[in-house]
Amino acid sequence: MMRTILSLLAALMLWAMPALAQSSGPLRIEITEGVIEPMPYAVPDFVADGAAGAEFGRNIARVIASDLSGTGLFREIPAQAHIGRITSFDSPVQFADWRAVNAQALITGAVSIDGSGRLVVRFRIYDVFAGQELGSGLQFVGTQDGWRRMAHKVADQVYSRITGEGGYFDSRVVFVAESGPKDQRAKRLALMDYDGANLSYLTDSSSIVLAPRFSPTGDRVIYTSYETGFPQIYVLDVASVGRRALPTPEGTMSFAPRFAPDGRSLVYSLTQGGNTDIYRMDIASGTSTRLTTAPSIETAPSFSPDGSQIVFESDRSGTPQLYIMSAGGGDARRISAGQGRYGTPVWSPRGDLIAFTKQSKGRFHIGVMRLDGSEERLLTASFLDEGPTWAPNGRVIMFTRETQGAGGQAGLYSVDISGRNLKQVPTGTGASDPSWSPLQN
Amino acid sequence: MVLKAKGMTTNGAKMTYLSKTLILCAGLALAACTNPNRFDDGGGAGLGGAGGLAGSAQDPTSAAYFQQAIGDRVLFAVDQSTLSSEAQATLEGQAQWLMTNRDFTAVIEGHADEQGTREYNLALGARRANAVQEYLISRGVSGNRLRVVSYGKERPIEICSDESCYQKNRRAVTVLAAGLGS
Repeated sequence: MMRTILSLLAALMLWAMPALAQSSGPLRIEITEGVIEPMPYAVPDFVADGAAGAEFGRNIARVIASDLSGTGLFREIPAQAHIGRITSFDSPVQFADWRAVNAQALITGAVSIDGSGRLVVRFRIYDVFAGQELGSGLQFVGTQDGWRRMAHKVADQVYSRITGEGGYFDSRVVFVAESGPKDQRAKRLALMDYDGANLSYLTDSSSIVLAPRFSPTGDRVIYTSYETGFPQIYVLDVASVGRRALPTPEGTMSFAPRFAPDGRSLVYSLTQGGNTDIYRMDIASGTSTRLTTAPSIETAPSFSPDGSQIVFESDRSGTPQLYIMSAGGGDARRISAGQGRYGTPVWSPRGDLIAFTKQSKGRFHIGVMRLDGSEERLLTASFLDEGPTWAPNGRVIMFTRETQGAGGQAGLYSVDISGRNLKQVPTGTGASDPSWSPLQN
Repeated sequence: MVLKAKGMTTNGAKMTYLSKTLILCAGLALAACTNPNRFDDGGGAGLGGAGGLAGSAQDPTSAAYFQQAIGDRVLFAVDQSTLSSEAQATLEGQAQWLMTNRDFTAVIEGHADEQGTREYNLALGARRANAVQEYLISRGVSGNRLRVVSYGKERPIEICSDESCYQKNRRAVTVLAAGLGS
């Protein structure tokens, strides 16, 4: 039953997994009156083996701290409070020094540059109060300019070992970068790390572009562009930035694409004669199959992680609501039952929840519900929130929030599926329609 | 014919589709083309201004006349694509004009206000544009002179977040062009 309540409860259950329980369980998040007390941790600058790594040692520790504290589940004990000093990666840790500042977890590491000029990052995670290492030390090797990714990988390991959940820090987000006023807004596709670093652009802003979506491996992006004057779906190779239009019949509009879990096909909306239905396309052959045939609007399809079902939005009942059908089409069952209008459903990568946009009483919300529509939880409320996308571990949702009025601007926000830790994602420019990549390899 | 949609400002004409029309017109160098400048803050009604009106609203065969005297747009109720009697009257005029001025083709642009998701609004704008297209066809305009496109909520003409703006944004606009599809 714990799994059915709040997001983090499930995570917290896993804190008591056998491995940790046997270590007398000092690493544990306490819930007091429904509020999670973040776990205090310390991450001293990584020890630089040789002068070349000094700056990396500090920067990597800072990115790890940003990742962990950014979850709201961890709280850093700042360096100025530290009593202990880590001067050698391989020397025994003086746990008393870290217990004294109440750091429950300690992350130590070392950076060096190898003979080929590559950056080598080693790290260990300690359960301070148990006085022992948590899991085994690991080493990552990569290019020097990939140091942020290596820091994210360390943070993913920490998060994963302590929560029992998969991490999500070594991931990217593709989104629409916006500039200019509301009535002549310029839009182009942009790519960044999940935390806003390493921003780059994938298209120029000569045409309206909408709603990019990552492929299951993160190598491609599908999106809608008005390049021809009419909305049409394109597939873009992230590495080469090469793109091509996917074939759709003359005189139609196509939009709202999403990849199938196999990465070889997609579902999308096609409008013909004013009627919008859902189709599936095999990318290699360009062959489309129609999945819905109602005279109502059917749009925003999203696959279940196993590829067997599709959740989508339809106004067949008179207002936009959420439905689930087989991946082959056919009968659909309505799952949204509350008052209001529902849209842009997205299946969780864990398969357990549907995230959605809800419009009710003049406000917009991002919410989650179970597959049968039960246990609806609204996580946000504002003038305009829409377009949720899931973190790779299914625990965090990113979405678009647009402010009200003539000067309204769009930005990206993230929130836990518990509704906690709502915060803006730095993008440096107006931003909308995020799509979160899978964890990178 | 490829229409290049540039989301830029052209002599104060704010809309993408205006820019598109300008490019098309320039390419065909047709005198009948027009830069309506209808959202120009200056409200310049005269000829020969920046981007000047090639056709005069006094000339009943001009696109300017179509836009200003006939009316190039119809408005819709929230979430609706049904044509009000007022909208039908405007479209009657559009149909008659298009039947008389057969050199013109048109792209019917459907739009929605910002109250709604991006995807739903795209589909809703398509419904609205289609309702206008079907009406014009039912009044005798050849279907191969008409194309539809939906901008959803991407191109509002009024930018406030009140019903006073929303009602003007829930629209279908018949944008004239020359020779499209020919």
